[in-house]
Amino acid sequence: MIAHLLYNLVQVAFVMGLSPLFAGILNRAREMVQSKRGPSIFQPYRDLAKLFHKDEVISEESSWIFRVTPYLVFVTPVFVTLLIPVLTRFPLFFAFAGDMLAAGSVLALGGFFAALAAIDTTNPYGPMGASRTRMVSFLAEPIFMIVFFTVSFVAGSTIPYIVQTRWITPPASFFEPVHILLLLSFLMIILAENGRIPVDNPSGHFELAMIDESKGLEYSGRGAALMKWGGYMKFTVLLIVFLNVLLHPWGLAATLAPAQALVAILLVSVKILGFLAVLVIIESSLAKLRLFRISEFLTASFIIAVAAMISQLFTGGAA
Amino acid sequence: MSGVLGPLNDLAGGLFLLNAFAMVATRQVRGCMRFFIWQSICLVASAALIGGITGTAELFIVAAINLLTKPVIIPLLLRRSVPQDIQTRREIVQVLTVPSALLSALVIAVFSYFAGRTLLSAAAPLVPAANVPIGIAGLLLGAFTITVRREAVPQLFGLMAMENGAFYAGMAFAPDLPLIAEVAAAFDALIIVLLVAILTRAIHERVGTTEVSSLTTLKEEPRQ
Repeated sequence: MIAHLLYNLVQVAFVMGLSPLFAGILNRAREMVQSKRGPSIFQPYRDLAKLFHKDEVISEESSWIFRVTPYLVFVTPVFVTLLIPVLTRFPLFFAFAGDMLAAGSVLALGGFFAALAAIDTTNPYGPMGASRTRMVSFLAEPIFMIVFFTVSFVAGSTIPYIVQTRWITPPASFFEPVHILLLLSFLMIILAENGRIPVDNPSGHFELAMIDESKGLEYSGRGAALMKWGGYMKFTVLLIVFLNVLLHPWGLAATLAPAQALVAILLVSVKILGFLAVLVIIESSLAKLRLFRISEFLTASFIIAVAAMISQLFTGGAA
Repeated sequence: MSGVLGPLNDLAGGLFLLNAFAMVATRQVRGCMRFFIWQSICLVASAALIGGITGTAELFIVAAINLLTKPVIIPLLLRRSVPQDIQTRREIVQVLTVPSALLSALVIAVFSYFAGRTLLSAAAPLVPAANVPIGIAGLLLGAFTITVRREAVPQLFGLMAMENGAFYAGMAFAPDLPLIAEVAAAFDALIIVLLVAILTRAIHERVGTTEVSSLTTLKEEPRQ
């Protein structure tokens, strides 16, 4: 049991420590594809270090919500990390404390408080961005639900450790249409939830067009660092859910041996890097959608998720 | 069903269904054509896979014929015979907005599951289960594409998608249908495409538009 808890700590350290690196690699790779040089891949670490050393300025108009939010945004992905299989194939200590729906709602809690905090300061851009974020996420949440319900329909459980083995037993079930369609749908909501390109431009700094970025505008110093770091971790956590639970549990540790953990850290990083390459291609080849086209993008994702469920009925129902 | 072929056939079915949805949603004529091509490729894949599962040689020939006509000859034919400015038009006029069209399409897909299930219970147990409801869904979604679109060329693709759907379901029921029927059907499809293309071209030259909603009144030549 101690070993399991230790593994949990390693997982949290993995997500906490490497998520800025993944963000840095993504930025650098995107700039390189667009024939620019781009910042160093360690730039997010430097940004965080710089922000932690700076003084914090908090508006007198704001309430306790504004002060609590950075900690919530930082802590919620850490909680989710305890629930999902980051490095291991077998359930760890907290595995049955909550299923995928619980993980989703914990993540949504952070988003909810971030939106409240943006409204709290009475800065004109904050509420605008917050309401746009809400628009995207209230359309994305039913899709999360459908994806998780489809998963529970197929695998008989929403505990991620049980779900991940469903796609490879037998190996041929990797090619089931329900699996492929779910992946596609989940990829689209990862893009929407993290403000990636077809929905929002993460490198744009124009306040009127911002969606995701505008939530942190009012933060400075330590608050800004926590918000940023929390954002990186949320992105990494969603990637891990996608890659380890929904795609394929390849590269995960099968036993408690420390050597296996090291190999797993390496292989999971390789998986994430592969996914970042796909993301770079998506971000460099698509244009940002107009605000009112976002609902069409998310409807398409919804349809794909429901089509996954229907195709499970089609293929599994009569067989 | 043996080994990997069964799940792969199901996957082809899932992608077939996805392309049918995409044809309902896409705004561009070119996009519609692209999704039709992909749908036809899924059809070909499924024909070949069912051929492999049931061991019928005819289905491989059918797959080859379909591979030749639908993803290759039909787009070529349309590209040559339909005026350029129809093809490059970006926004197709639709009766419904994209989200409501997609949600209605979803209802149709769910309906076809129930329709397909009753058909399946009557059929032989050897039939690959996924093909029948997905084929019916493809057929109905093709018809739905025709109703929501107000442009001649996407309506043609809707018609072709209906043919794809009927074919998709049909080949599960009768994998050893005489080859001559398949050849005749393939030629029929080609001739329909050619006819619609020529009609579209003529209407475009006469009226200047192929938008169906503005073609509702009959205008006679003034008599001398």
